[in-house]
Amino acid sequence: MKALAARRHHRAAPVVLLLMALLAVGGVYAAFAPSPAQAATASTADIETGKKLFQANCATCHGPSAEGTDIAPSLVGVGAAAVDFQVSTGRMPMAMDGPQAPAKPPQMNEEQTAALAAYVASLGAGPAIPTDDQVDPTQGDAAEGMALFRTNCAMCHNAVGAGGALSSGKAAPSLMNTSDRNIFQAMETGPGPMPVFNDAVITAEGKRDIIAFLTEQDKGSAGGNPLGGLGPVAEGLWAWVLGLAVMIGGAVWIGAKSS
Amino acid sequence: MSTTASNPKDLKKYTDPKTPAGKAADYLDQRTSIGVAVKEFARKVFPDHWSFMLGEIALFSFVVLLITGVFLALFFQPSMALVRWEGDLPQLHGQLMSAAFASTLDLSFEVRGGLLMRQIHHWSALIFMASIVVHMLRVFFTGAFRKPRELNWLVGMTLMILGLAAGFSGYSLPDDVLSGNGLRITDGVVKSIPIIGSYMSYFIFGGEFPGEHIVARLFTVHILLVPGLILALIGLHLFLMVLHKHTQYPGGGRTDKNVVGFPAFPVYVAKMGGNFFFIFGVLALMGATLSINSVWNYGPYDPSPVSAGAQPDWYMLFLEGSLRLMPGQAEIVTWGDFTLSLNVLIPAVVIPGLLFTFLLAYPFLEAKVTGDRREHHVLDRPRNVPVRTGLGVAFLTAFVILALAGSNDLIATHFHLSINAITWVFRVLLFVGPWFTFQVTKRICLGLQRKDRELVLHGHESGRIVRFASGEYVEVHTPLSDQERWLRVNYEATRPLELAPAADARGVKRKGYASEKRWHQLSRFFYEDRVEPVTPTELAAAHTTHDALAAADERGGELATASSHSADLER
Repeated sequence: MKALAARRHHRAAPVVLLLMALLAVGGVYAAFAPSPAQAATASTADIETGKKLFQANCATCHGPSAEGTDIAPSLVGVGAAAVDFQVSTGRMPMAMDGPQAPAKPPQMNEEQTAALAAYVASLGAGPAIPTDDQVDPTQGDAAEGMALFRTNCAMCHNAVGAGGALSSGKAAPSLMNTSDRNIFQAMETGPGPMPVFNDAVITAEGKRDIIAFLTEQDKGSAGGNPLGGLGPVAEGLWAWVLGLAVMIGGAVWIGAKSS
Repeated sequence: MSTTASNPKDLKKYTDPKTPAGKAADYLDQRTSIGVAVKEFARKVFPDHWSFMLGEIALFSFVVLLITGVFLALFFQPSMALVRWEGDLPQLHGQLMSAAFASTLDLSFEVRGGLLMRQIHHWSALIFMASIVVHMLRVFFTGAFRKPRELNWLVGMTLMILGLAAGFSGYSLPDDVLSGNGLRITDGVVKSIPIIGSYMSYFIFGGEFPGEHIVARLFTVHILLVPGLILALIGLHLFLMVLHKHTQYPGGGRTDKNVVGFPAFPVYVAKMGGNFFFIFGVLALMGATLSINSVWNYGPYDPSPVSAGAQPDWYMLFLEGSLRLMPGQAEIVTWGDFTLSLNVLIPAVVIPGLLFTFLLAYPFLEAKVTGDRREHHVLDRPRNVPVRTGLGVAFLTAFVILALAGSNDLIATHFHLSINAITWVFRVLLFVGPWFTFQVTKRICLGLQRKDRELVLHGHESGRIVRFASGEYVEVHTPLSDQERWLRVNYEATRPLELAPAADARGVKRKGYASEKRWHQLSRFFYEDRVEPVTPTELAAAHTTHDALAAADERGGELATASSHSADLER
């Protein structure tokens, strides 16, 4: 204790104390924090809240009981996964009409999203929100995932998931900042122009392999800056605006050197 | 003379080389007489301008391509035999792939410095083609292709086409999905050629696409045939450049009969050496920091998948764009169930054919409509040949529009546009754009020429306003220096060809009149609108008035303000 007391006034003491306090608070939070809501057991209260949220925010287009209208599809049977995907990525509620719903900062918080998902799930059976286990990239095989991604996903989302164009203003978004849960849900529910990849097309393990492959991509390129992962057009652009421009600059410089 | 003859040993004392380098050079010279050639080259005079170093960028990036290419060839296996890759990369570990792809992965991840070499090689290839294009633009817009250099223009064109061949064959070697997609398009283009197409495709691929031979064949093309031809033609290109002597920009004292500049040694040897290391450095830096063609992202080739954003390297992008713009309805099934794939034939064969024919034929076309058989060693300022400059810009516009059309999906995603709309805009622009830029460029050139006339006749605006005793205000212009004036008046405004009458003196119709008339029309298109350079008479006439003004100024014409040059006023 004496040694500790002697160092009370050391100038690093406040920093050390602060770190310890942060560690303690973080540890307590981690121990007691509620685990993310798994909508497996939705209470009737949740469903009621969800119904109210639905009628306030979604019913204009999807109809008062989610039966669908001329401008928006029925949500009976789309499942909690579809709602969680659309609402947690901010795609729904849509801010304005367009070729497709773009991702934006979410309008609903986690509880509201869960309530909405519970309400829609109560209308008819559909894909549930995946468990953490189902989307855990460490349990997937990146090589299998790459093979699956290449044959099923890359034609729209680009070889590394950088995104690509579809017809008439629609687009397959970049997957680089999409959460593992949302990737899984998108495959299960087929949002917008995307087809549904149910378990008959890509098994649950396959989906996890794909997530593992995409996680590999986040580790960066072995060759340096990946230039957006967009391929030869981006490379050509850099060759001109950086490489050749610098070389022409060099030629001007060397040419201007007194002879 | 008598003293030297009587005692040759004394003389040797002065002439024998003393330094090791001198001794080595003397040894070599005594056995090869190379001193004659070195002396000739060292004293060869080259004109000085940075734009004459653009071709050097191409030459030096080719040297880098050779150096890195030799390294890559030591490790690459040009084989399509199926192997299982047991390397470290999780996303490809244990996958079946061709030996070519597996060796590319090994080259990138197992060989020390291999990925760096690959990336430098690929960046050099992109820069090689880009610098060829920029060098060609310089030659085109300054009229450096005129007699006696038409043949060297053809050699350069052939080099450019060989560069495309080298790029294409190298791009296809790693046998990844992206390069395989490129080969599939090639297969489709070859098959679209009527009658011989399908036979050609079977011949190239050794059977149905993709077959098992194409990588080995392209390897031979890429490392032996094409680089060999490129090297030989670079030799010819440079030999002709030395033989013709280098062109020079217009300026005082520069004529078609002299070369104003500095000797190759030491000035240009130093500059070229510096430029080489600079270019090598930039390429190495790019190879070290910017990833290029990460084949492990595309995966081993299999004919079924195509990924979004599948595009060729930039120099082939115009072909891709041409294919993307072509409406699919042009596929015709003729009698006897014979399919004529005009939807592929027109964009992939006819359009590039037209573009290359224009470039190949242009020097000869221009010589014919100019009716000029003299040699030209002084370059044109682009403004002084408005139609040529306009045509060049129009050509460039078409090329850029095609390249952009080849990137239409990326334009769509990055600017949030509809790909269908972009495609239609480019379809229209491909025809309207070149016409529009031609007209604008021609007008700008004529305007600049008029500005030159104005400058020569009236001089620079000085900002000094003179008021005469009568109350009249006049601005005094400072006359141009001799160099400035020379640059602006020393050109020829070519006139259209004269057309002889249709019938001769006895009223008999002349043979060949119809053809002559067509050439005459083309000649008028080139040279009807022109701005004549200021003649000495005009200059003298202009000077009389200006000198009178200046004299009035000297006599003490009252000076008024309206000038930013207060120093002038206080004088």
